[in-house]
Amino acid sequence: MSAKKRRDAREEEVRGRSPLQDAFHRLLKHRAGTLGGIFIILVILVALFVDTTIPAAIFGGEVRPLIAPKHFAEVSFFERDLPPGTPGYPLGTDYLGRDILSRTLYGTRISLSIAVVAALVSLVIGLTYGIISGFAPTRVDNAMMRFVDFLYGFPLIIFVILLQAYFKAVSRRGATGLVGVLVNIDRALGGMFFLFVALGVLNWIGMARLARAQTLSVKQKEYIESARALGAGNLRIVFRHVLPNILGPCIVSETLAIPGYISTEAFLSFIGLGVTPPTPSWGLMISETYAAIRTYPWESLIPGTALALTTLAFNFLGDGLRDAFDPRLRGT
Amino acid sequence: MIQYIIRRLLWAIPVLLAIMVVTFFLARAIPGGPFDFAGEKQLPESIRKNLERKYGLDRPMYEQLGKWIWDGIRFDFGPSYASRSQTVNDILKRTFPISFQLGFLALLFALLIGIPLGTIAAVKQNSPIDYGATFLAILGVSMPTMMIGPLLMWVFAITLGWLPTARWGTDYTQLYLGFFPNIFSAKFWLHAILPAITLGLAYSASIARLTRASLLQVIREDYIKTAYAKGLPARRTIIVHGLRNSLIPVATVLGPMFAGIVTGSLVVEQIFGIAGMGKYFVTAITNRDYPMIMGSVLVYSVLLVAANIVVDVSYAWLDPRIRYD
Repeated sequence: MSAKKRRDAREEEVRGRSPLQDAFHRLLKHRAGTLGGIFIILVILVALFVDTTIPAAIFGGEVRPLIAPKHFAEVSFFERDLPPGTPGYPLGTDYLGRDILSRTLYGTRISLSIAVVAALVSLVIGLTYGIISGFAPTRVDNAMMRFVDFLYGFPLIIFVILLQAYFKAVSRRGATGLVGVLVNIDRALGGMFFLFVALGVLNWIGMARLARAQTLSVKQKEYIESARALGAGNLRIVFRHVLPNILGPCIVSETLAIPGYISTEAFLSFIGLGVTPPTPSWGLMISETYAAIRTYPWESLIPGTALALTTLAFNFLGDGLRDAFDPRLRGT
Repeated sequence: MIQYIIRRLLWAIPVLLAIMVVTFFLARAIPGGPFDFAGEKQLPESIRKNLERKYGLDRPMYEQLGKWIWDGIRFDFGPSYASRSQTVNDILKRTFPISFQLGFLALLFALLIGIPLGTIAAVKQNSPIDYGATFLAILGVSMPTMMIGPLLMWVFAITLGWLPTARWGTDYTQLYLGFFPNIFSAKFWLHAILPAITLGLAYSASIARLTRASLLQVIREDYIKTAYAKGLPARRTIIVHGLRNSLIPVATVLGPMFAGIVTGSLVVEQIFGIAGMGKYFVTAITNRDYPMIMGSVLVYSVLLVAANIVVDVSYAWLDPRIRYD
């Protein structure tokens, strides 16, 4: 143990910070990570208040644009393809005369919901699967991991594409019963619900492996043994001792996976299997306009920049979190 | 070792079979059939029925599934439903080499840029070079393909006019043995540069980050100190003793990365108008062209499975302590 580490340890003892607080303080010291975090908070605020959905839900009243100048689907055929800086349209308009600034700002909602929901779904499924596998008897554990290995060989993105094609066709045709309810939810969300399902359900495999590996290493620690000696049951051990200790690395790895979810959504929207137009997904905006890049470059470069900045921020935050939770990697 | 490879190959069989079955049910679950429309017009019921009978779509499901799997095993999918004058194999034979070249060049670019960049960053840790390289790497990871493609095209093809904008694989046609392009032709490289860089950039960046992180851990190991203490030159220590050991995490991500390159190629092929497999795969889904869906999914899956096996086998070469038995 280095002298510095020992000093750190002593400091911790004196101040009595919890590991989580400690990690948070280390995150604040990570400049790029903090910057990424601040940017994401800004993006979250934009997504929440881009129009008055939330105030309207609390106080009543109609939903109208708040931060965004216009509604994302407001078409104006006489003001097509205006360059940035045109009065009334700070970032110009697209091929249907829709305000690009508004569409880009509304786009935060799509990317963020995908990021949050896909990450949560994959975290919950992966953690559950991994912890169960880590605690199960060897034979069950082997079978569960074999299943994961099996799925690992699958070209999952291709199944996501097929699944999305299925969902979109079903939602176009309409359906009854339970599927009908889901289709209605999907329509209300502009085609996002099925994206959540397709992305979340198929991305838990890496998380399951990580959670299992972490569980196995934590399981051998003395404090688990002493908890067992004190008569704690499996459930108590999982929730009081295992989960808090493995959550850090799992959240870090999930944060690092978020840019992947965001770009997968953009990719699916780009090939026409993502959100339903006119929902302003950045990927959809690029795919609608990249062919005109010679004449109207801003139409695809602006949503592209928004997409790049958001993924960049999540990458920075993920890096910062990794360093914060695992100080050994600090500076690496 | 041989035993391990054989076992992995055997293990690939149920995986591929399962993929075929899942693809079958997913493709069939999509509402609508391949013969609902002829162009924009809806086909009359009787013609649709006849076409479906001709291609065996009126048979019971299990029979169709059996035929489908048998087709997959023989790798002969018959005519494509969307353009019935060509077989799926013809289309794959024409388009797969182009997609493969694109993916291969992108991966090569990613490795040739990523590993040296990561190594330099790690050796010069916390220097301006390191910060610059790390920043570039994070920037590269964060730039989505669909952003880089139009951007590069705009700068290098439209504004500067140095490189062609599109039509890779159509302007030059000669392929040796039906697969290898003429790598001595300037035309090939001119066409290949932009798409390959677009596709490979993000991966070169993530390889650079991984190489750096992993090399930083490795150069703190005792055996590196030993190597230095024995008086080995720094360059040799880093490259032979350090880099080789730090490549294991890099090799681990090559498998998933390969899958990512497959998806990325769908976007890149669309942006640069490349006549590769990706376009056919996406249109096959919209057309409900079942044999074409099956053919392309199977090609992608075989590639992915093979890539995973190669990656796993390469561990043993990178770290002789890893033994498979």
